[in-house]
Amino acid sequence: MQLSEHDIALQRLFAENRELIEKDAAPEVNAAREGAMEAFSKLGIPSSKVEAYKYTNLQAWFKAGYTQAYGLNGATSEALKQFECNVHELDSYTLFTVNGKFVAGSNVEALPDGVEAGSFAELSKKHPELLKRYYGSLAKVEEDGFVALNTLFATDGIFIYVPKGKVVEKPIQVVNVLTGEQDLMVNQRNLIVVEEQAQARVLFCDHTMSMSRFVVNTVTEGHVAESAMLDFYNLQNQHNGTVQVGAYHFDQETRSLLNANYFTLHTGVARNNIFSRLGGPHAENHISGLYVIDKNQHVDNFSFINHAVPDCESNELFKGVMDDASTGAFTGRIFVAPDAQRTNAYQSNNNLLLTENAKMNTRPQLEIYADDVKCSHGATVGQLDEHAMFYLRARGISKEEANILLMYAFAYEVIEKIQVPALKEQIRELVEKRFRGELDKCDSCVVCGQLGTGRVKSE
Amino acid sequence: MLKIRNLHAKIEGKEILRGIDLDVKAGEIHAIMGPNGSGKSTLASVLAGNEAFEVVEGSVEFNGKDLLDLSPEDRAREGFFLSFQYPVEIPGVSMTNFMRTALNEQKKYRGEAPLSASDFLKLMRDRKQLVDIDSDLTNRSVNEGFSGGEKKKNEIFQMAMLDPKLAILDETDSGLDIDALRIVANGVNKLRRPDNATILITHYQRLLDHIVPDFVHVLYKGKIVKSAGKELAYELEKNGYDWIKKEME
Repeated sequence: MQLSEHDIALQRLFAENRELIEKDAAPEVNAAREGAMEAFSKLGIPSSKVEAYKYTNLQAWFKAGYTQAYGLNGATSEALKQFECNVHELDSYTLFTVNGKFVAGSNVEALPDGVEAGSFAELSKKHPELLKRYYGSLAKVEEDGFVALNTLFATDGIFIYVPKGKVVEKPIQVVNVLTGEQDLMVNQRNLIVVEEQAQARVLFCDHTMSMSRFVVNTVTEGHVAESAMLDFYNLQNQHNGTVQVGAYHFDQETRSLLNANYFTLHTGVARNNIFSRLGGPHAENHISGLYVIDKNQHVDNFSFINHAVPDCESNELFKGVMDDASTGAFTGRIFVAPDAQRTNAYQSNNNLLLTENAKMNTRPQLEIYADDVKCSHGATVGQLDEHAMFYLRARGISKEEANILLMYAFAYEVIEKIQVPALKEQIRELVEKRFRGELDKCDSCVVCGQLGTGRVKSE
Repeated sequence: MLKIRNLHAKIEGKEILRGIDLDVKAGEIHAIMGPNGSGKSTLASVLAGNEAFEVVEGSVEFNGKDLLDLSPEDRAREGFFLSFQYPVEIPGVSMTNFMRTALNEQKKYRGEAPLSASDFLKLMRDRKQLVDIDSDLTNRSVNEGFSGGEKKKNEIFQMAMLDPKLAILDETDSGLDIDALRIVANGVNKLRRPDNATILITHYQRLLDHIVPDFVHVLYKGKIVKSAGKELAYELEKNGYDWIKKEME
């Protein structure tokens, strides 16, 4: 493949800044850059000619010309004070990243013994054994130019480690903030390891706090060991000038349970790459998403569920409400390996298009090599139900209010999947606000939807 | 209360109502009967403001206002209520939320303060008792998974909540077993007051054993061809509609 001029500029950028990038990183993280370099020289940033990126051309956004986050030292806690804008209280352990760099939050010292949640840069040095075992094992540089780019430039992010048998009851909430006066590129790297019989709930909230353009390429690897449970939530509420590629690679062992939920309430261009490998019998996952977009926003959810062994179950549900000239794409690939008998795999993608200009491309892709399986998939693209609309209006409800009720009704199935009651209630409120168009009315920022950050210490 | 004059309406180019005249005064109960396809449900839909139908001629005055000029929601807010023949299932909208939104929007229209959460719940309890429906129904999404009878009972419950001036019950009795029919009829009777009115659209005499109408009208080929007291219903039950059809031809 021919690299573009931007790809070449990114390579040069890395070569010139390598020392700075590698200065504080763990040896394993630096070692992985070699392979990333080679992979990136072959892949570059994928154009829309690459099948997986057919509906989302990101090439134009990923330029070396942006200020690079690794060169900044995060942001001052001064900037974080703005967080108090309409903050909900969620009883959680709270961590922050600012422009991809870890900033201490609150409450984390109260985590159960042995559980770690903090800076990827620091904890990856503290736990070389975990890093050796897991880093780059799921998000493979040779398979995606964005993973290669991230692995090249990664310096910091979030590291969560829940040792064997530990249960973290309260959610670990990670607030990812993008801020600053300059247009910025961020390559954030996260690692989540949940060991045997351990349990954790992790919530990532992605926000923008200044009106600069943000180009984000995040990679999160999550390992869920035997009989372990991971509840993962991603709430995206960023301004229209944000371009974010989020890769989430999960691996599940025997009898493990994964719930992964993606809420895209506001963004510019969002691409989620969601990979899940069911690698041990009786592993089960529930992966869902809700995207609510308008104007020229674009959301592309790309998922790949890999049934590598027999007796696993996967459930996938993505729903979208699309207004104005927004565009979206969904690709749901389910792979059932030759021996993966007695697989249950279900998938659906439903879309509500509110205007004639909104556009959705949805592609279910089932690849089944075993013969004793139950698989189903369905995709719909439609409008609000006129009969329901008339029924509501005939009771005195205005057209506008009936619209909101019906949009919410469409979305609720996804919201119902949230396992934490307090969080469910908050997201329910957020989604309703979003339908009312009230989500971005707070100051000039879009952090209204911010959840339970608590108060940021400002010393 | 309601004055319909020479009402003509069509759907997809086909004229269904061909000059309806009807007067309903406060305190009255009217029954509109007629064979299938005579235009009974069309009349109900046109009055409720269903945009699938086009009014080509005539006028409808409701409490001094031009009903046809109002949006469906404003008709409801003026005190018009339609009990749907086929109530719509709306998964994801709870009955509670639906009723609270409807009631408060109606109150807002009339310049009244919205009900507090506790007053609203009290009203719900009270109305449920009045129409004798299971409290389980109101904990669910609107009509979702309701049986035919439950859906009809739910229409009467909504009517009790919204307390309309004029209610049209579009074949609310069809498909009901005798218990459900009694519940529906009791509800209507209990809600009857000198200042409100009811129009029952029905196919059968059965409902009229429980709700005694002041007037019975026969709708045939889009026109009211006969109006009389309750005895007309018995005659129709006994002799069917054929004699009316013959009379007309």
